[in-house]
Amino acid sequence: MFAYISRRLAVSLLILLTVSFAVYVIFAFLPFDPAALTCGKNCNDPGIIEANRRRLGYDLPFFTQYFLFLKGLFFGRTFGEGAALINCPAPSLGYSFQQHACVTNLIGEALPVTFSLAIGAIVMWLALGIGLGILAARFRGRIVDQLSTIFVLIGTSLPTFLTGLLLMVFVVIRWHLIPFPSGNYTPFIENPFEWAQILFLPWLTLAFAYAALYTRFVRSSVIDTSNEDYIRTARAKGLSESVILGKHTLRAALAPIATMAGLDFAGLLGGAILTESVFNLPGLGRLAISAVVKYDLPIIVATTLLAAFIVVIMNLIVDILYAYIDPRVRVA
Amino acid sequence: MTLLKVENLCVDFPTPDGLVAAVHDTSFEISPGETLAIVGESGSGKTVTNLALMGLIPLRTANVTGSAKFESHDGPVDLLAMNRNDLRKYRGRDMAMIFQDPMSSLHPFYTIGDQIIEAHQIHNKVDIKVSRDRAIELLEMVGIQGAATRIKSFPHQFSGGMRQRVMIAMALVNNPALLIADEPTTALDVTVQAQIMKLLSDLQKELKMAMILITHDMGVVAGAADRVNVMYAGRIVESANVRDLYANPLMPYTQGLLASVPRMDRPHTERLSAIPGQPPSMIALPTGCSFNPRCGRKSEVGASKCESQMPDLTTRGNQHFARCFIGEGA
Amino acid sequence: MSSPLIQVTDLHKFFPLASQGIFSRVKGDNKAVNGLSFTINEGETLGLVGESGCGKSTVGRTILKLYEPTSGSITFEGEDITKYSNSKMKPLRTKMQMIFQDPYSSLNPRHTIGSIIAASYEIQDITPDGGVKKAVQELMERVGLNPEHYNRYPHEFSGGQRQRIGIARALAMKPKFIVCDEPVSALDVSIQAQVINLLADLRDDFGLSYLFIAHDLSVVQHISDRVAVMYLGKIVELAPVESLYKEPHHPYTKALLSAVPLPDPVLEEKREQIVLTGDLPNPANPPSGCVFNTRCWKAKEACFTTEPTLLQVGSSQVACHFPE
Ligand SMILES: Nc1ncnc2c1ncn2[C@@H]1O[C@H](COP(=O)(O)OP(=O)(O)OP(=O)(O)O)[C@@H](O)[C@H]1O
Ligand SMILES: Nc1ncnc2c1ncn2[C@@H]1O[C@H](COP(=O)(O)OP(=O)(O)OP(=O)(O)O)[C@@H](O)[C@H]1O
Ligand code: SF4
Ligand code: SF4
Ligand SMILES: [Mg+2]
Ligand SMILES: [Mg+2]
Repeated sequence: MFAYISRRLAVSLLILLTVSFAVYVIFAFLPFDPAALTCGKNCNDPGIIEANRRRLGYDLPFFTQYFLFLKGLFFGRTFGEGAALINCPAPSLGYSFQQHACVTNLIGEALPVTFSLAIGAIVMWLALGIGLGILAARFRGRIVDQLSTIFVLIGTSLPTFLTGLLLMVFVVIRWHLIPFPSGNYTPFIENPFEWAQILFLPWLTLAFAYAALYTRFVRSSVIDTSNEDYIRTARAKGLSESVILGKHTLRAALAPIATMAGLDFAGLLGGAILTESVFNLPGLGRLAISAVVKYDLPIIVATTLLAAFIVVIMNLIVDILYAYIDPRVRVA
Repeated sequence: MTLLKVENLCVDFPTPDGLVAAVHDTSFEISPGETLAIVGESGSGKTVTNLALMGLIPLRTANVTGSAKFESHDGPVDLLAMNRNDLRKYRGRDMAMIFQDPMSSLHPFYTIGDQIIEAHQIHNKVDIKVSRDRAIELLEMVGIQGAATRIKSFPHQFSGGMRQRVMIAMALVNNPALLIADEPTTALDVTVQAQIMKLLSDLQKELKMAMILITHDMGVVAGAADRVNVMYAGRIVESANVRDLYANPLMPYTQGLLASVPRMDRPHTERLSAIPGQPPSMIALPTGCSFNPRCGRKSEVGASKCESQMPDLTTRGNQHFARCFIGEGA
Repeated sequence: MSSPLIQVTDLHKFFPLASQGIFSRVKGDNKAVNGLSFTINEGETLGLVGESGCGKSTVGRTILKLYEPTSGSITFEGEDITKYSNSKMKPLRTKMQMIFQDPYSSLNPRHTIGSIIAASYEIQDITPDGGVKKAVQELMERVGLNPEHYNRYPHEFSGGQRQRIGIARALAMKPKFIVCDEPVSALDVSIQAQVINLLADLRDDFGLSYLFIAHDLSVVQHISDRVAVMYLGKIVELAPVESLYKEPHHPYTKALLSAVPLPDPVLEEKREQIVLTGDLPNPANPPSGCVFNTRCWKAKEACFTTEPTLLQVGSSQVACHFPE
């Protein structure tokens, strides 16, 4: 097991390095001048541009730039010179001249928002999707199953932003079921209640679509597993149906869910762009979108890298978790 | 004394294409220590018969009728009259079952020790240590070396033959009076098949256990069975003691079956005598004797009789029964 | 006798074992076929028996060049085809056919059986006399299918009938040589006999040669002229069918034969059985010396140090230091 984990860790590191290089190459060879972008879309003062070019190191050879970037990740980095010296401590992901801020700080502000959004949503959709999926499988063909089918149909066909708007209009504005999520995002440590209150609708919006997918998946996985020979063996031993379901069927049926959930969670952390926009949450998705709109290159590079990083790490976690669940994967 | 007496067992599956009479009006009995083999083509109802006795056919999908009187630890019971929850007590304790495919019959996520211990724990209110010792004892009995450490292995770490041994150990953990073995060696190589069949017969003698052996291998039947039921299209068509059946098969299907097996103990003759045609569709059984479209001996009793009436399973003396108009009442 | 139809010399086929990730060492090869030599004459049937995983199917597929041989040579009608590329094999492919074990998955469910069989003519780019349909229907009749079922789909047929479809498809190519890979294992006993009889008739009518792969020793005995017994990628005994079954010389052959139950309760009671212990060793890491030494009751010093080669014993070829 230890050998397996360390081998997977080494591979993950290699992948991250490759991805970062690839991202760097792509952006280095895009057909616009990164220095010209530093002062916004319509700025064409050659003085500022050339100064920024030097400050940001865009005048250096490509490999030096990449090396400085990597070095900045571990040791921090300074931009510019003299009085205008800007210091972004490690891990430095660069400096945005448009926002006049170290990219790391910008991400540091946005990440907790996205994380809060993702964690709440995943808890909701796992509870809903797994619960409903199991019920639908257990009572196949009965009313619960039929209701779940309708839910799956709606959930998978409604686009997220529409779900969000509908929830907003009906649940909040029409029916006053929950008070209007007033104010801005509040960090959990400041006020957990407000945190949850503001995020509740976004959670529901995100969870809705995923829960539908998961219901469908769990239902078919449970049904497939309950047709396995080893479930028949369990029944032949004289186990009760509830033990068979709880101990034998679910263990095997839910194993693939771990993989799915891990990757979906990673995807959300990369930025739930639509949901964040609909609910006006200052998360990673919004940061990335506004950077794209404004050609704020350092932020684009950093968010892309971060998304890749999250996917790779989640993959690693999921694989280790899976090896723990399924002994056949445990290659010594 | 009889251990199990099955009478008029019927199992029907309603399907969109029509009613599948998988098992029709089947009666047989088995004494303690006896081996009853059930042979027949694929789809003839061998597995369904035994799943019905174990209560393993989902009631939603099938109609099961008939009776099965069984001498359990707590006295005589009717396995088919009981509700499923009560039946659970006997499954795995008084009667156990092993299946064809040892690769897929064990749960891949649990150690074999845990799986055997679980089978013991359900029926015995004892400390888990007692169950563990029992598991080790049984694994040793079925010939798994280093059982004390191997109980921590997962099924995928075992070969097919060893997994079948584990299945046998698990089935025997509560000393069942009846073991149902559904094609226990079909998925295994001949050399491993020989090991498993020997193991089963040794254990059976030692534990005085009755066994229902489902197989389509006429060689395995000859070596292991005391009595044989031949099934065709959901019905028993012949039932006899094993020597009688091989020496004097009475029903044309049994005769054809025995004649069509290539035999290593004879010079390899030019042609096998094959039974013509295909097994019938269970949804549209032929009228009259189910075997009549393939039967070469119809003319002996008149084809029209065979094509319009279903013969009964009648006695031919010496505990030999056959379902055929030929030789009936002779 | 002229040169044999098929000549296989020192054939090897290794499968590299899948490595687990970039940083793990590749743990060598699965030596599925590890140095085989045999011939098959025109009109002859060579039986190939052995336990699951010993490499039987791999031999069949490698001869047909469905797998690239790792080393060794294969000649067909005196032509060395070992190094032939796919395009050079193409004209030969029609002469060398294969029939598979699983009659369910080897037929395309979306094509009628008529078009499945007719495709064989298309591949060869020939139009038989009287048209494709007539030829196909004649073939269907020949293999015992109702020609009127020309337009039906595979799922409408039983296992035995599907196997007949597979045979008809192979026959349409006018082959000289057919690899039959467990052609009857998936069939009921009563249907097995029909298919075995059909294969035997076709061989005699068309002068076909078969490599007949099966694990059922009675079936192999029934149809073969000579039989090769494989163990862990090697032939341990190769002999005319009568002598192999009457007088097996290799301990493994002996054990294998003694393990087959006879369909006769009287004989069964008397049958002396050699029950082998243990399982087939891992083909990636075969025992040194004789491959059978982990399970052989006769194994001595020499068996662990020196690998026995196939030597003539009576009419048989046996790879054993201490043949029976
Ligand atoms: N759940 C089911 N629904 C509908 N039909 C079924 C069901 N289970 C079994 N059958 C049918 O019942 C018949 C008997 O099946 P069974 O499994 O007993 O055959 P078998 O004799 O054990 O054959 P095999 O040798 O292939 O195992 C078959 O025709 C099968 O298709
Ligand atoms: N395409 C392949 N890639 C990798 N390994 C293979 C491949 N085909 C076969 N093998 C391996 O080669 C060995 C021999 O396999 P093969 O299928 O030839 O055995 P066999 O004698 O035909 O067995 P069976 O009786 O089960 O069909 C096995 O260990 C198998 O896992
Ligand atoms: S009853 Fe008639 S058709 Fe049936 S087995 Fe006997 S002779 Fe044949
Ligand atoms: S060479 Fe030795 S180990 Fe191999 S089969 Fe002969 S006696 Fe047995
Ligand atoms: Mg069955
Ligand atoms: Mg094979």
